[in-house]
Amino acid sequence: MTRLAPSDVMQLRKDFPILDQEVNGHPLVYLDNAATSQKPRAVIDAITHHYERDNANIHRGVHTLAQRSTQGYEGARTKLARFLGATDSREIVFTRGTTEAINLVASAFGPTVLGAGDEILVSEMEHHSNIVPWQLLCERTGAKLVMAPMDDRGQIDMAAFRERLSARTKIVALVHVSNALGTINPIEELVELAHTAGAHTVIDGAQAAAHLAIDVAALGCDFYATSGHKMFGPTGIGALWARAELLEAMPPWQGGGEMILTVTFEGSEYNEIPHKFEAGTPNVAGAVGLGATVDYLETIGMERIAAWEHELLEHGTEVLSTIPEIRLIGTAEKKAGVLSFLVEGVHAHDVGTILDLEGIAVRTGHHCAQPVMDHFGVAATTRASLAFYNTKEELDALGAGLRKVLEVFA
Amino acid sequence: MSDLRELYQTTILDHSKTPRNFGKLETANRTAAGHNPLCGDRLTLYLEVDGGVVRSAGFEGSGCAISTASASMLTEAVTGKSVSEAETLFQTFHQWVAGSGEADLFSDDATGLGKLAVFGGVREFPMRVKCATLAWHAMSSALAGDGATVKTE
Repeated sequence: MTRLAPSDVMQLRKDFPILDQEVNGHPLVYLDNAATSQKPRAVIDAITHHYERDNANIHRGVHTLAQRSTQGYEGARTKLARFLGATDSREIVFTRGTTEAINLVASAFGPTVLGAGDEILVSEMEHHSNIVPWQLLCERTGAKLVMAPMDDRGQIDMAAFRERLSARTKIVALVHVSNALGTINPIEELVELAHTAGAHTVIDGAQAAAHLAIDVAALGCDFYATSGHKMFGPTGIGALWARAELLEAMPPWQGGGEMILTVTFEGSEYNEIPHKFEAGTPNVAGAVGLGATVDYLETIGMERIAAWEHELLEHGTEVLSTIPEIRLIGTAEKKAGVLSFLVEGVHAHDVGTILDLEGIAVRTGHHCAQPVMDHFGVAATTRASLAFYNTKEELDALGAGLRKVLEVFA
Repeated sequence: MSDLRELYQTTILDHSKTPRNFGKLETANRTAAGHNPLCGDRLTLYLEVDGGVVRSAGFEGSGCAISTASASMLTEAVTGKSVSEAETLFQTFHQWVAGSGEADLFSDDATGLGKLAVFGGVREFPMRVKCATLAWHAMSSALAGDGATVKTE
């Protein structure tokens, strides 16, 4: 497979209408991809086409539009299953996003394996969405949330992880790629340790699916949560992948239409998986858009995307290292395209505002990962997060913008 | 650079780098904390109020240039003012930087704001209005005497 060359990237950028604009008098440099990614024309067109030609409610209608909508929705499920390395599309449950997928596992699966005194193990680098659902579950069940610490490069301390796993650990919930640090966790190894201890594993893949080739079978986990909008798809759609036998055994989460076969006042018979977990009319257009996203990403190839982003990350790291006032936060050996940093003497929000005036969009703040900020003893960082449509020239522009920040605050 | 200098005026940069009345005010009899959960900024405002007049003011905490400069200039501006004058100044300041929610309701009247008028540039940056007003909300809470932590969210 040929690598993406800068000229290929310039061509791919044309697929993203939003990138072709000026912000505050400068060409837009979009480096906030970990917050949300931009959408290619193919995805925007698929959603428009759905509403202009195919829109109907799904599954029960017998008319032509209902069939087209159902095919669009279920077709997207099949595509996403293949994209994530799942063998059975029934193992994909559509959700609003990663957060809802994790909440689904916590609410429906959690109480089936947890009791008072049991433990849920998470890492110190989790996003709030992989902490708070487990805290709520602990309140419901009397279980205890245990944290596996990371080292100062932002990598899980494997010895501490092993030590905190025990026969009481029933669920291990871990982020695949850290949104605040970029760390790529060794999920296969961590999952194997967790399974050996008898725990089930839940992986937060929000930041992974847009940047790495995902193979849930190879990862070996029990649950994998992902998001559409982080991988160039629409907002409001995401998915939970789970092994079929686990979904079969789990009780429903929300009740309503779609998730039942028969309803009487004496009781209801639940639908088969995955529909059992999709109560109500789902986000059909969102799923159709997500299906188009998968098609689009597969034409490029996730390995090529990952390789280009790695090249960008190395270039960006180099650019930042030439500015002595900048300190990188998150220097794991295995990293995805996230550059989180501090600018000496300048608050992250001032950095963000000045970069914005240069047309550069970055994220500033705690990145919904306050425990990570606490670990490094900071309130906030500035974060530049990359996607395959970014260029080395844009990272040079970031460097120039940061020099301007330092000039203002000199 | 014009927008940039409009926001980060020389006076604001000066007060952010060298905040005045920084540190705990030992003689304070009114204090309140301010917290902006969006950026993690926290500050504590101290006031010594005697006979209905703010005799001295101080603050501590960490924040961005806008919130630090705003707190620093607040402590200078309210010292010597009556409690009701300080409250009125807050209202004038708030309207000056944030309007009343609509861009066309921005006050064009900087009368009485003195040096604080330099914060007018903030109105072009709606995301930063909370930075400029955090210390003032804390002051208002301290004067009301309820001692509750003021949150911007």
